[in-house]
Amino acid sequence: MEVERVSGLKFHKKQDVAIVGAGMTTFKRRLNETGKELSYLAVKQALEEAGMDISDIEMVVMGSAPDAFDGLHMKGEYLLDGSGGSDRPYMRVFVGGGTGVFAPIAGYWHVASGLADVCLVVCEEKMSSCMPHPQSAFKYIWDPILDRPLAPNLIWIFALEMNRYMHVHNIKHEDIALVSVKNKANALDHPCAQLAEKITVEDVLNSEPMALPVRRLDVSPPSDGAAALIMVAPHIARQITDEPVWVTGVGWALDTTMWTNRDLYFPRYVAEAAKMAYRMAHITDPRKEIDVAEPYDPFDYKELHHMEGLGLAKKGEAPILTREGVTARDGDLPCSPSGGLLGVGNPIAATMGVKACELYWQLAYRAGKRQVAKEVTTGVCQAWGDLMQVGTVVVMSNKR
Amino acid sequence: MRVAVVGVGYSGFNTNTPDLSWKELMLEAAVRAYEDAGINPRKDVDSVVTCAEDFWEGFAIFDEFVPDQLGGVLKPTCTVCNDFLYGVATAYMQIKSGLADIVVVESHSKASDILTFGEVVKFAMDPIWLRNVGSAHPYYLAALEMSQFVNECCITEDQIAEVVVKNKNNALLNPSAPYGAKMTVEDVLNSPMVFDPMRSIEIAKLSDGAVVFVLARDDIARELTDMPVWVKGVGWWSETSNYDTMSFDAMYAHKAGKMAYKLAKITNPAKEVDFAEVDDRFAFKEIQHIEALQLSKRFETGKLMQEGYFARDGELPVNISGGNLGVGNLLEATGGQKALEIVLQLRGEAGRRQIEAEVGVAQAWRYIPTASGAVAVFGV
Repeated sequence: MEVERVSGLKFHKKQDVAIVGAGMTTFKRRLNETGKELSYLAVKQALEEAGMDISDIEMVVMGSAPDAFDGLHMKGEYLLDGSGGSDRPYMRVFVGGGTGVFAPIAGYWHVASGLADVCLVVCEEKMSSCMPHPQSAFKYIWDPILDRPLAPNLIWIFALEMNRYMHVHNIKHEDIALVSVKNKANALDHPCAQLAEKITVEDVLNSEPMALPVRRLDVSPPSDGAAALIMVAPHIARQITDEPVWVTGVGWALDTTMWTNRDLYFPRYVAEAAKMAYRMAHITDPRKEIDVAEPYDPFDYKELHHMEGLGLAKKGEAPILTREGVTARDGDLPCSPSGGLLGVGNPIAATMGVKACELYWQLAYRAGKRQVAKEVTTGVCQAWGDLMQVGTVVVMSNKR
Repeated sequence: MRVAVVGVGYSGFNTNTPDLSWKELMLEAAVRAYEDAGINPRKDVDSVVTCAEDFWEGFAIFDEFVPDQLGGVLKPTCTVCNDFLYGVATAYMQIKSGLADIVVVESHSKASDILTFGEVVKFAMDPIWLRNVGSAHPYYLAALEMSQFVNECCITEDQIAEVVVKNKNNALLNPSAPYGAKMTVEDVLNSPMVFDPMRSIEIAKLSDGAVVFVLARDDIARELTDMPVWVKGVGWWSETSNYDTMSFDAMYAHKAGKMAYKLAKITNPAKEVDFAEVDDRFAFKEIQHIEALQLSKRFETGKLMQEGYFARDGELPVNISGGNLGVGNLLEATGGQKALEIVLQLRGEAGRRQIEAEVGVAQAWRYIPTASGAVAVFGV
């Protein structure tokens, strides 16, 4: 089924949008800091990178996933102070796990519409305050009549999805485990990493079973952290840097609530979101035109799944590309050079730090030891969330 | 390029809605809005924005449950954790930035499903500094603010009572306002005091309902309707989340209003605005918000209220719909009900409460314990 979309949408914006600074905190269990303090740390770093002051910020966008983690109602309001949202227009956006890349999309429309020239995007997540485990907050994400009585948890439904993906394309767990091996090794170069380590495929296959086929090392860890991005209009970008990174395309799509009614082998929501972003960025052949990618990788199979949704690989082809080393940091299409969620950590919304921020650092040649080998101009980052339901995509380029 | 409201739909508003689930409330309002705009949501809509807070809904990630009943499946659909007017601002920005030509904004309240309203509000307080102070219902925070406001601005009991009388009487002409009543200032003054200096009748009761707007770019709006209502300006602003350092001055409404007026090119709101719908979930808030929106001068508002300046037949009618005191506290849909009344009035569809007007202002606050809010200016 092809989804009908409004034809003739021209994406005529008021002004272009550039990114001039980013920051993130170390991802780990951080009992000492409140969410406000985590936001503050990330914002401070982003402002320093851009050489700006908080008084230069006109508007603030906050991204943070479920209130249930913190036990705070209207968490956006609570996080106002540390994130720099006080005394200015401040808005919290939310698409579940996809928030990490959705918040920069909201930042994009704040600037592209001409309402703000400087917009600060902050994402914060503190999962460790949820006892006994953040998973318990996910008890309340299910349909109360159809799903909740079955007492499902997220690992189970991802096991279903992983199984379906492996079955349709006849993929072996060994091939999927390679993603975990690659990302955890990439994370060794990330100063904020929580689970960086040198592991082998055997380690993954022999790790503790969670809900088969998902094993311990297939999964990213819960984490606390924050990330920040500064998005500005062209005339501000010129004052700050000679080499800003431009946001050339954004897209997002939300699929039906009834996840049981979908074929889980392919993420159509990511494909629809990517279609929108690519059309906006004038990209017709993503495999050729994208130089570096940050697909969302909370589980190792998810990176492959999302590469296919993003059109970076044909259906079923992503494991082959991974096995051939195409997605390695020195490969032809580096994927998750940051170390991704598997290596750096998965503080739901704050994963903006390893997705959108990392893409900015890569394209600005500021990624340090993580900088990919090839020359880069265009990249894509993506996040995913809700009930395996939402895709959020941002395309960036260092050429305007 | 301008942005217009081309369709509105609503369901409710009622004290409770045992016959409809929140999904059905949303569907009912959405179907009416699409019919009003003359569009097919699956074909014509570019983006859907829902305004909801998880804890009001009883879900950990409420965003999951919105696409189906709004026709937003596999479309750009998102949630802003804010009042409906923030959703209008989001739609406005999406259209201005070229991401969408037609945007749907939705918000609803199924407050009758909330068993422990006060306890939920308590979860919005800072867990260390504020949540454990006393065990009173969080309404006491509003009473504290009221206490400071009435003393600072020399507002009398009679003037606050006048707000209740005006809005409850206005609501009698609004068929979708469940809390209308014929009452006098004496009735209000004789009613019990629950949080001194606040009487229980000054607190808006909870109410259910849903509001859906369809917004479109100017050229498309003209194709769709002969009566586009223009979104002339939007504004939103936050002060601080710390209750102990807030100004208690409705600074959020003042700054958000300034932003919206600037976009709408309004320099003298008291003259250029014909009528307003402001947040009156506590009666004193109406006076505070009228001042913050620069619709009257400080120290004069209370007196003007008594003189009937803000009555339905007054110089600058405020809360003709009955406001929250008449329609009820609609949680995140509060701004939706305000904007709805403005649009109905501007289109001449307000029935027996119709007035003559060209420019209207809708304002909503994010409720206790926050100092955030949004404003939208509509005009024909």
